[in-house]
Amino acid sequence: MANNHPHAEWSGTMFDILRDAGVKLFAHVPDAGNDRLIALADKHNDTRTVLLTTEEEGVAICAGADLVGERAVLCMQSSGVGNCPNYLSLAKGARFPLLLMISMRGDYGEQNPWQYPMGEAVETLLQSFGVLIFKVEGPDDLEKATTAAVNASGNGAQAAAIVLSQKFLGAKGF
Amino acid sequence: MVQSPPANIDRRDLLPGLFPDHEEWLFISGLAGASRDTASLTGDGAHLYSMAGTMGAAVPMGLGMALSAPDRKVAVITGDGELLMGIGALVTIASVQPQNLTVVCQDNSLHGETGGQKGHTAETANLEAIAQGAGIASTMTISEPGQITNAAAFIAEAPGPRFLLTRILPTPPCDFKRDLDMAACRVRFRQNFLASI
Repeated sequence: MANNHPHAEWSGTMFDILRDAGVKLFAHVPDAGNDRLIALADKHNDTRTVLLTTEEEGVAICAGADLVGERAVLCMQSSGVGNCPNYLSLAKGARFPLLLMISMRGDYGEQNPWQYPMGEAVETLLQSFGVLIFKVEGPDDLEKATTAAVNASGNGAQAAAIVLSQKFLGAKGF
Repeated sequence: MVQSPPANIDRRDLLPGLFPDHEEWLFISGLAGASRDTASLTGDGAHLYSMAGTMGAAVPMGLGMALSAPDRKVAVITGDGELLMGIGALVTIASVQPQNLTVVCQDNSLHGETGGQKGHTAETANLEAIAQGAGIASTMTISEPGQITNAAAFIAEAPGPRFLLTRILPTPPCDFKRDLDMAACRVRFRQNFLASI
């Protein structure tokens, strides 16, 4: 059943890359775009998930993991990026190598006008805090962008985001 | 709802009484007074990551650390204002139940860093009740100096995660100058921790 989910296949690819890179903690606010990835992290013995009340918590959780040499990822919808800026000081000022997985709303094909203001601001906001962006706009980008973000945040004190566009995820009807 | 008891603890006596074995702990401290007091306790040691911004981040940072270093004792030292800014993190902690995490709130009911403006806990909010409502089973409030010993036993013995509310007088924190280079302190903490395992 789960394998018929439209996001099942790429979520499996992404999970394998993250797990191989040593990511153990998956902090998240639920979204249709990260649902399968989180389900995989829930199920696997090497990984655990943390359900957040707000996305900024996840920024701090990932930083706490880094201080003891572990890797974590924050998975969220793009609207959640707007909850994070003050804590992203940890990326820009303290050079914590945060790893973000962002499923977009408010871009290609969006039908809910409430999503556009934040969706449009995501890249500018991340860039203003020095977070590198690796975009996924089609199936061919997924593996490369995930690997690139993992490497950027793993080999240096550099924050990186995998940004999954609605061109890739598909926009839901509204 | 029961109001918190009136404060009668001098904050400068609090942390040395709660953590006589501070070298065995990993500390995260929230901005302002909490960080000054924790830096004084540890001599700004490499087992402390103290913040001077990112208000609200201390508790979730401690959670991420506790989950990632389950064999180590992790303590978050935070103020009432800092805790309230990220209050949802108590709910998150209760959901994942890290046995090795202790949160100590120094509640002086005011915003000491910005001029001593009155905070929410001065007359209404009870942070221990909020922690209980979040689902944290081990909670305690102290307001008198004579209770610090009991609180130290609570930290040592109560099942984790633990939440300790300390009602402190509106007196100044420890006068301690700590390193504010947030990137250098990250490297210092990591290197010290990784060398210890």
